[in-house]
Amino acid sequence: MRRSDIPLAILLGLALWQGIVLLTDAPHYILPSPWRVAQAAYYARVSLLENAWVTTVEVLLGLLIGTGLGAATAIQLSQSKTSERLLLPLLVFTQAVPVFALAPLLTLWFGYGMGSKIVMAVLIIYFPVTSAFHDGLTRVPTGYRDLAQSMGARRLRFMRHVQIPQALPSLATGLRLAAVYAPIGAVIGEWVGASKGLGYLMLLANGRAKIDLMFAALIVLACLTVLLHFAVGQLALRLTRYAEGRM
Amino acid sequence: MTPPPALHLVGQHQIDSRPLFDADITLPAGSWTCLLGPSGVGKSTVLRLMLGLETGGVFAGTISPSDGQPLDGRISYMAQSDLLLPWLSVIDNIMIGDRLRGVPPDRDRATDMLARVGLADHAQKKPLALSGGMRQRAALARTLLEDRPVVFLDEPFSALDAGTRAAMQELAAELLSGRTVLLVTHDPAEAARLADHILILSAEGAQSWPVPATPVPRAITAPETWACQSALLSHLRGVPA
Repeated sequence: MRRSDIPLAILLGLALWQGIVLLTDAPHYILPSPWRVAQAAYYARVSLLENAWVTTVEVLLGLLIGTGLGAATAIQLSQSKTSERLLLPLLVFTQAVPVFALAPLLTLWFGYGMGSKIVMAVLIIYFPVTSAFHDGLTRVPTGYRDLAQSMGARRLRFMRHVQIPQALPSLATGLRLAAVYAPIGAVIGEWVGASKGLGYLMLLANGRAKIDLMFAALIVLACLTVLLHFAVGQLALRLTRYAEGRM
Repeated sequence: MTPPPALHLVGQHQIDSRPLFDADITLPAGSWTCLLGPSGVGKSTVLRLMLGLETGGVFAGTISPSDGQPLDGRISYMAQSDLLLPWLSVIDNIMIGDRLRGVPPDRDRATDMLARVGLADHAQKKPLALSGGMRQRAALARTLLEDRPVVFLDEPFSALDAGTRAAMQELAAELLSGRTVLLVTHDPAEAARLADHILILSAEGAQSWPVPATPVPRAITAPETWACQSALLSHLRGVPA
C-alpha cells in the first residue's frame, strides 16, 4: 500500500459505511452514520482525548515494561541451561491460562486505576517477546561460537557483542507481536473495571445507548493502534537493519 | 608473539562408537602443513580437536605442543565462512577478539593490519558492502591481529573465485610465514602451492606426501607445482573415504 492511497482508502471506507446506513435504514442507536459519529466525537472531544491519553499511557507503559521483562527473561534463559530447563516449560504452561480470564483477578489485586491495565498488557506481551527473543539468542551460528571460543571470549562479552546483536531481528518480531497485543490487554482491562480509558468510555457510552460516542471511541482506539503499529514497525525495521549491517 | 611450537596429535577419534580416524599427526614448528583427504574423513575434526572445540565425538589420545606449554590462547582460527559480524564495521570486526576478551582494542595496530591486507579504504564499511574476496581479507586481518604463533585455516579460500583465491593464497603465505600453520583443504593445487608439508588423512591414518623443495608460495605455473598437484590429485582419487 502506498502512503498516498491512505486518504482514498479512508474515503472509500466512509462511503461504504454511509452506503450501509442508507441501504439498511438502520436506526442511529444501532448503526449511526459517519456524520453523526463525527458530531458526537466533536462534542465529546475533551473526554475522548482524556480517555485516549489514559489508554495510551497504559499501552506504552505495558509495552515498555513487558518488553523489558521479556527481553531480560530471554537473556537469563539463554545464559543458563538449568533455568532454561526449569522455567521454559513453566512459561509455556502459563500460556495455557487465557490472560483475559485473569482480568477480574488483576482488577481485584491492582485496583481500578491504571495499574491493573498495565499489568494486563505486560502479561499479554511478556510471553511473545520472551519466546521470540530467546529463540534468536539460542540460535547463534556455530561458526560465531567457534570463533569466539578460539579467541578466548568471556561469556558475558560474547552475549553483549555477538549473541544479543544477532538476535535483534527476533526481538523485532516479538515487538511487532507485542504492539498488536498490548492495546487488547489494556482495553480488556478497562472493560472489566475502570474509571478512565477508551474501553471504559465505550462501555459507558454503550450503557447510555450513545452508540455514536461508542463508535467515536472505537475509531480513536483504532487510530491509536495504527499509530502504535507504525511506530513499533519502524523501530523493528531499524533493529533488523542494524543486525543485517544495512544502516 | 612467543616462538611457534610444533604440535603433535596422536590418538583415535570416534563418533557414535564408530572410529573416524586413528592418526599420528605432527605439525612442524614455524611452517605450513596442508591436510588433505576425502570429505568426511575428519580433516576439520583434527583442527577442531586441537582448537579444543566441540567435535560431536570422543577422542582418545593426546595433543601436545613441543614446548610443553598449554595451547590455550596460542591458536587463531579462520574458517571457510568469513564469520564477520554484519552489524560491525570492518575495523570493529577485526578488533572483535580484544572486545570479546574485555581488553581495550589497539586501533592503530588494527588500522595497520587493514592496510597490510589492502583494506585501508574500507575500514568504516560494513561487511555487506564488501566483495567475497575483500571479506576473506578482512577475516585474514582479524586472524593476524590475534597475533598468535599457531594459525589454523579451515578451507578459508574455497568459496572464492580462482583469481581471488590465488591472490589470497599469496597474501596468507606472506603474512603467516614463520608461524605454525595448519591448512585444511580439498584442493591439491592449493596444497602444492602453499605446503611445507602435506598430510593425507584417511581412516587408516595420516600419510605424509612429498612436496617440492622450492619456497612457498610456489608459482601456479611452475613445473614442480604442477607435478605435485597432479600426483596428489591422482592419489586422492584412489583414497577410500
